[in-house]
Amino acid sequence: MTGTSLAPQEARRLSNAYQNWYRFSRNPTAVIGAAIVLICILAALFAPFITPYPEHVGAVVNFRARHQPPSLTFWFGTDNVGRDIFTRTIYGMRISLLLAFVVLGTAVPIGTILGLLAGYFGGWVETVIMRVTDIALALPPLVMALAVAAVLSPDLINSLLAIAALWWTWHTRLIYAITRQIRTQEFIEAAETLGASKFHILFREILPNCVSAIAVKTSLDCGFVILVGASLSFLGLGIQPPTPDLGTMVAQGAGFLPDFWWESVLPGLAILFVALGFNLLGDGLRDLFDVQEVR
Amino acid sequence: MSFPLLRVENLSASFTTYGQTVPVLHGVSLDVPARSQVALVGESGSGKTVTMKAIMGLLRQPPARITSGAIYYDGADLLTMPEKERLKLRGTAMSMVFQDPMSSLNPVFTIADQMATILKYADRRLGRVRSSRDRMQRVYDTLAQVRMRDPERVARAYPIELSGGMRQRVLIAMALLSETDLLIADEPGTALDVTTQAQILKLLKDLVEARGLALLMITHNLGVVRETCNSVYVMQKGVIVEKGETAALFEAPTHDYTRSLIDAVPRLTGGRRFGTTEMPA
Amino acid sequence: MEFLLFLLRRVAWSLLVLFGLSVVIFIIARAMPGDPVRLALGPRASVEQVEQLRETLGFNQPLIQQYGIYVAGLARGDLGRSLLTEQPVANDIRQTFAATFELVLSTITIAFVLGVPLGVAAARYKDRWPDNVVRIIAIFSAVTPSFFLALLLQILAGYVLHILPTTGRLPPGLAFSADMTGLITIDALLHGRLDVFFEGLRYLLLPSIALAAATMGQIARITRSSMIDVSSQDYAEAGRAFGIPERVRVFKYMLRPSFVPPLTILGLEFASLIGNAFVVELVFSWPGMAAYGVRTILQKDLNAIMGVVIVSGVFFVLANLVIDVLTGIVDPRIRIRGRR
Repeated sequence: MTGTSLAPQEARRLSNAYQNWYRFSRNPTAVIGAAIVLICILAALFAPFITPYPEHVGAVVNFRARHQPPSLTFWFGTDNVGRDIFTRTIYGMRISLLLAFVVLGTAVPIGTILGLLAGYFGGWVETVIMRVTDIALALPPLVMALAVAAVLSPDLINSLLAIAALWWTWHTRLIYAITRQIRTQEFIEAAETLGASKFHILFREILPNCVSAIAVKTSLDCGFVILVGASLSFLGLGIQPPTPDLGTMVAQGAGFLPDFWWESVLPGLAILFVALGFNLLGDGLRDLFDVQEVR
Repeated sequence: MSFPLLRVENLSASFTTYGQTVPVLHGVSLDVPARSQVALVGESGSGKTVTMKAIMGLLRQPPARITSGAIYYDGADLLTMPEKERLKLRGTAMSMVFQDPMSSLNPVFTIADQMATILKYADRRLGRVRSSRDRMQRVYDTLAQVRMRDPERVARAYPIELSGGMRQRVLIAMALLSETDLLIADEPGTALDVTTQAQILKLLKDLVEARGLALLMITHNLGVVRETCNSVYVMQKGVIVEKGETAALFEAPTHDYTRSLIDAVPRLTGGRRFGTTEMPA
Repeated sequence: MEFLLFLLRRVAWSLLVLFGLSVVIFIIARAMPGDPVRLALGPRASVEQVEQLRETLGFNQPLIQQYGIYVAGLARGDLGRSLLTEQPVANDIRQTFAATFELVLSTITIAFVLGVPLGVAAARYKDRWPDNVVRIIAIFSAVTPSFFLALLLQILAGYVLHILPTTGRLPPGLAFSADMTGLITIDALLHGRLDVFFEGLRYLLLPSIALAAATMGQIARITRSSMIDVSSQDYAEAGRAFGIPERVRVFKYMLRPSFVPPLTILGLEFASLIGNAFVVELVFSWPGMAAYGVRTILQKDLNAIMGVVIVSGVFFVLANLVIDVLTGIVDPRIRIRGRR
């Protein structure tokens, strides 16, 4: 009896997975986005093996080859001290991705848990959490990072801290809204009646219903965190030279516009490319999961 | 026999979604003579709403497609006439009472604004000239005709400031703004409580009779039909399965489906069939 | 009446946010590791000098009292003195804020004037080519870093085509003082100086476009989805049944009820708009508050930085109040019931 009743369930789950895969593969936005993200991650992971001049990451000077336009030797050209921009762009992408993963790795869990608590318990828990969220929303992450950088020192870690300290609010708002909807549904009431623990209800009943929204939001956010991070380093508050950083490269190259355009335009396009990948992926996932809550 | 005001002849239509074409109407024919009240009855999904939208010219094509048939209004085929001609009829010669008073009024404009706009473009289509003052007067008069106690106050209000019954009356007033000959009513009042619905139906019947309008009532409720209409078409799965005078149809339904619809009408008296209980005139 | 209550609630909310803001900024300025006095005087100052400044600034008192002094200062509009310009920070910001305000205003105008029609077109031709084009525009405008777009515009319009100026607010030789509102375009009109007005517009155009792109994309997307929502409502259909022309139906009956979500999104996005203004002002040498902020940050001018952060926050809060009022005007449901 159990054996026979499990089989169709298993089959249904399989066909669901297949359906999801089918719908994903038919969604050009999601597929292109996923491909771009995959390319970027792989390039960042294997940077030392795929870049032609890994030694150009440091404070190397090669004045004879400075300001070279893109060619077969230097795909993206060289900068004002003769370093290969392609190599530095790939390494810069590494920093951008690291930034996104660290910021969201801290902001998403914190934001999710606070959103769950505020949405489920209501009352003063809700008031405190949501008011703090309102306050944090009023501060531009970029401006906040500037302030923190000014008080401490302008480097990557402090910028990361400042961005993460504000970014959780978006996830809190999202999860709060979803939890409030779910809280009133019957399966939660049923679980409560059966005496399930609060922990069980929060993390085993409500959280699974938020997963697709979190996935969509996180994917979109990866792109936006990378953009904020790039803006910070453009202002000189990111990782410090000589370590390559896309925003810093654009800022340095901007001094040689428009003659040596590749020095700022190509790293800039790289930022756009990464952000585009995450955005398309998030957009595609939103269609796929049909999550209307995420804007 | 004179030609009826509205004649639907052998109308067939289909819907295409996700590459699949599903026929929804199979050769529907019905007549609405001038000054008469006709009901089109059927459960949801029977095709009565599609028929109504086809008559009003509201079918979105695609996904819908009219595959054959004709719709004559006053002798002219609506389906073949130029779009411009047809626009002149819609909202003027033939008008419509919407079903849901909660969602059929625009929430961000006052009643006066919405009604005056309808009138303004109706006037423009018909080449009528009317000052905006006269237009407002007409709005107030029409609101008074649907028995609104304080038309000017109602006109100033936004939909959310009115009760469901009042909004439904505003919807009727909207349909009556221009000199209409044919009124199509889509289940008016179903979203309201029973008492209010009865009042709305009474109001509609009185107005239609007083003005000598033709009424095509779309409904799933035969009880409504008995109150308001003199002939009935019963529709099931895109086919007219039975038609006749209201009294005769209630007396002796020939089709099983009609019988089941009649049985579904709640009644207070203990009789088994409407035919055997006393019917109010 | 209900709307008044709604507004009062929003004002109370704003005050609360401002209070929270002052706490956050106080914590950053005083309670974080790092010594603001040492920071202010530089590494070469003597211990006595540091101690003396510490005393005059009241840094030896308990934190709560320090906070009290700080908030009292804020309430009087006292943001301290800038180390860089040696002027009161409030004065510096007052002088630079007008430029930022002008930039932000024209940015919002551009974002709405372009974003809303794009969203309407996309909704009207859903899943057909205009929808796809708008979608591509929206995505690219969202993922292009503002500073990068600013640079590209500068190269294209300034260096290649030579059609628009790329730095500053007015040509260097043009003598004009924006002495009424501080906004050059508005003051030029008030003085009847059309030449200055058009010059001002020319200078305003590139920075505004660079800053507007991201917001415009968002507005187009939200307008699209909200128009699609509305078009499935019975009242949108009713317009057709009553023979109301398509143009009136789309731009009056459907657009207005669709207008609250884009306004809301503008309120939420306003913080990141201010953030992006920082980089855009820097690229175009726009003499605004953001440029001032960046300059002072690189100089570790703490009072000035905190002043900029506070003013940014206040700007956000006030902008959101204005947006709340606007949503009430657009949608009577908010005006009458205080919610939608």
